[in-house]
Amino acid sequence: MIDLARIRADFPILGETIRGKPLVFLDSAASAQKPRPVIAAMVHAMEHQYANIHRGLHWMSERTTEAYEQARDAVATLINANDRHEIIFTGNSTGAINLLAHSYGRGIMKPGQAVVISEMEHHSNIVPWQMLRDQHGIELRIAPITDAGELDLNAFEALLSDGRVGLVSITHMSNVLGTYTPAERICQISHAHGAKVMFDGSQAIVHRRIDVQALGADFYCFTGHKLYGPTGIGVLWGKRELLNAMPPFMGGGDMISSVSFEASKWAEVPHKFEAGTPAIIEGIGLKAAIDYVQAVGYDAIAAHEAALTDHALARLGNVEGLTILGRAQDRGGVISFTLAGAHPHDVATLLDRQGIAVRAGHHCAEPLMRRLGVDSTARASFGIYTTPGEIDALADTLEKIREFFT
Amino acid sequence: MFDGVRDLYNKTILERGRKPLHMRALADYDATAKGDNPMCGDRVEVWVKLAESGVIAETGYKARGCEISVVSADLMVEAVAGHSPAATRALFSSFRQMVETGICADCAKALQPLQPLSAVHKYKSRIKCATLPWHALIAALDGTTASVSSEGGST
Repeated sequence: MIDLARIRADFPILGETIRGKPLVFLDSAASAQKPRPVIAAMVHAMEHQYANIHRGLHWMSERTTEAYEQARDAVATLINANDRHEIIFTGNSTGAINLLAHSYGRGIMKPGQAVVISEMEHHSNIVPWQMLRDQHGIELRIAPITDAGELDLNAFEALLSDGRVGLVSITHMSNVLGTYTPAERICQISHAHGAKVMFDGSQAIVHRRIDVQALGADFYCFTGHKLYGPTGIGVLWGKRELLNAMPPFMGGGDMISSVSFEASKWAEVPHKFEAGTPAIIEGIGLKAAIDYVQAVGYDAIAAHEAALTDHALARLGNVEGLTILGRAQDRGGVISFTLAGAHPHDVATLLDRQGIAVRAGHHCAEPLMRRLGVDSTARASFGIYTTPGEIDALADTLEKIREFFT
Repeated sequence: MFDGVRDLYNKTILERGRKPLHMRALADYDATAKGDNPMCGDRVEVWVKLAESGVIAETGYKARGCEISVVSADLMVEAVAGHSPAATRALFSSFRQMVETGICADCAKALQPLQPLSAVHKYKSRIKCATLPWHALIAALDGTTASVSSEGGST
């Protein structure tokens, strides 16, 4: 079991009060708070061990390079990559998906082929593919979800049946519904029809141990700031032979092996995809975040969050007039809801006055909102530090808000 | 529990939110426009009928959104009745100042119907809710056909 008091003590911000009330932070799916070791690692880097990397011959550069490259090793271990060179650092998940849409979409896929996404994608896994569609003649197909908020696997397979789908790019966990998608099945079906698979793991990796090889994935991405790390650093993992075949996305320093005015030669992966000075301090922070999560352990994290989610579904389900969106069998600690008679923004404002932070709006998933028949929802999302008491505070306050508006 | 928010969610706001007085589409109108704040999901459509003298004879709206945006639209209908387009623009300018800063320098009689929204300035994230219907109304008077928004930095 997780030692909640000890974990909470590691997150300095949780000691803050909002208008005299303790902060109840239920917006971790938007961005998670940072534990002290992450903060300390980044401060330590800036105070004691900082220079540009991969180029200096001096002590500081060598040491900083080493610290930064340890982050790559930490990520490779975290997701069980076969090879550390398969880990490409990006700015965030959006950066990873755009990289793939350029380097795989434009570099490897041919006009006339198709990309499949699902109805429950974040805008970051929709818009890059629309741009690819419009600029490169790639068809974009949308896999529907069921009313329960699960991927409709039969409809999904039907979309692949003509063999024209080159790539499936799909969320591993919905940032709105909390639904996990059946990653292994998606990979089996996709591969049977000749398509590669990319998962947006921005939410999933926060809650579950990810083994990209066991999933059978071809690409996987996530962002550091949702995994208790800093903003400005994300990861694209891809199978090495796929990455080797892909042309670079951005050109510049660090991604070449030689340059003349006639031509340049690309560096090997991952550097081929990492033009320019990277987010060095953020990489060091990400490693500290991964170390932290690994030390707590995914078994403990998953058990804690499953208990929290069950508790929240039960408590929120008892609030009169409250509707939880989606009822997937396999779901995690992200819960969207509406409250009859109160708009999500009014709900969020009133919760905020009690120190309770939730998100309200379309959650960067407008097509999903339309599919669910709502304009916006309120969303509570949980992290490693969330307590059952905080969920009780949410449910109790929602009861009061319901009374307030009726 | 919510005493601290009674300034924003006052009696008028709660009553009008439950039962808006002027929410209806006009069948006969001279101008119309839509306002859309996609980030929050607030939507409003406004219709205006002008009198022969050019002043606003009637305003109607349909809104789907939060309490603040709906009530702001409802109060706006009353506030702009009988105003010329130029006076309506001036009124919006004063109203915007009131909801952004709380200060209403020339808090003329014209702003009185909008007083229930005077606490909006204390809720920074809600200013755009209050101004959305006004943006739509001004767009209608300007003959703007594209949907307007009060999101993205400018309220």
